Amino acid sequence: MSKAIKYYYDLLSPPSRALWIALKLAKTPFEDCPVALRKKEQLTDEYKRINRFQKVPALVDGNFHLSESVAMVRYLADSKKLTEQLYPTSLEERGRIDEYLEWQHLNLRLPCSLYFREAWLFPANGIKPKPKQEQIDKLVKNVEAGFGQLERLWLEKDYLLGPNLTVADLFSSSDIEQLKLCQYTVSEKKFPKVAKWLDRVREASQPHHELAHAFLNKKPQQAAQSKA
Amino acid sequence: MASHLAGLLGLSNDEDNVVPFTPKKGLRGTRRQVTNLDVEKMSSLRFYYDLMSQPSRALFIIFRLSGMQYEDCVVQLRNGEHLTDEFKHNINRFQRVPCINDNGYKLAESVAILRYLSAKGKIPEHLYPKYFVDQGRVDEFLEWQHNTIRVTCALYFRTIWLDPLLTGRTPTEAKIETLRIHMERNLDIIEEVWLAKSEFLTGSSLTVADIFAACEIEQTRMADYDVRIKYPKIRAWLKRVRQSCNPHYDTAHHFVYKISGTGPQAKL
Repeated sequence: MSKAIKYYYDLLSPPSRALWIALKLAKTPFEDCPVALRKKEQLTDEYKRINRFQKVPALVDGNFHLSESVAMVRYLADSKKLTEQLYPTSLEERGRIDEYLEWQHLNLRLPCSLYFREAWLFPANGIKPKPKQEQIDKLVKNVEAGFGQLERLWLEKDYLLGPNLTVADLFSSSDIEQLKLCQYTVSEKKFPKVAKWLDRVREASQPHHELAHAFLNKKPQQAAQSKA
Repeated sequence: MASHLAGLLGLSNDEDNVVPFTPKKGLRGTRRQVTNLDVEKMSSLRFYYDLMSQPSRALFIIFRLSGMQYEDCVVQLRNGEHLTDEFKHNINRFQRVPCINDNGYKLAESVAILRYLSAKGKIPEHLYPKYFVDQGRVDEFLEWQHNTIRVTCALYFRTIWLDPLLTGRTPTEAKIETLRIHMERNLDIIEEVWLAKSEFLTGSSLTVADIFAACEIEQTRMADYDVRIKYPKIRAWLKRVRQSCNPHYDTAHHFVYKISGTGPQAKL
């Protein structure tokens, strides 16, 4: 297993970006294997042999194929391919970051991705018409319930789990950055801690953050066109 | 219905989802029993759970199979015991179950709890492997299940069983149909991908992945869903999981069997 791992991703996918940034920050060599979701490359039989779930991100290390970004983080950390700062090893710190990584699935990732899909992805691809304002308000409300919990329960220090940047910050900031395409920005008034934390995560993960989010930082309309 | 998504798990701390209740007893009244017969010294690990909650049942079965010593702290969700300030401040800031307190270290989220106790050497390796490659295989399932079967089975259960009980309103046929389609899309993946080549989800023997998944799927019995009709592999696999986990599996599902009016052998 001395050969570099193969990393399959698309920077349009939030967990793909988060892991990409983590690998860059850890200076882990990997074979770059981009999968263009907009060309439905994940649905080919060829890719099915890489990842039977036909999703990104995924990794291949020798004969070992793995999907699910959080599982990948653990695998990479245990094979010494991530820094201890990004995914801590001590029992109690690891318990805490695992608590977050499990918590975010339904409390942050799910509402963010539902909002993104309904408000941007489906309309931009002609799958579904743009939802009514009432429906959008509902989706935003769910997203903001998650932000409220970040504000009240998680952001006690500079980062989600304490004074240092970890993969938890990368995953969640990536999910939130995605909402730029829906023309949603986090209100500093409503969520002051979240807004400041997002800036901090951006700073701490440069220049990789900028590179990973280049697509998103185009104007949403432009992005929609390039996607279509 | 803010945080409908968290709320759909029936374990939300969201105010709009709170079931009005008057706690009969405070936390001091929470039933506490000691599990193991050998209790020379009280265990310093406290396990807070309600067997009505799917991940609570999964951890309960895992703890029992592991022969772990812990203090049973039952939290009655239906009495809103998790919604008190005391619970929030002293037990779990997310106001959900399951959670633990290990000698002062408080931890929530069932998968995080499992991993923490495994790292402490309390979970046998056959249930949750220590070697990172094998562990990766089980982790892949544990991470996959959240936004797939967990969320869709829980939503199905909640809309068809729990909500009508709380609000008196029954969902429309069309709504039930949509929820069923979403759930079955994920059950299809269990049947066709996870169980494609193996007896259990992540290989040839039972792991925590099977226990988490089975508890989630069993919950739908209460909403009168019979997974066994369409899914022969899931049906056979559920049998294997139950056999491998008994008597703890049946103990954990006592309420599910009772409420659904179906024993493990009964036809729905």
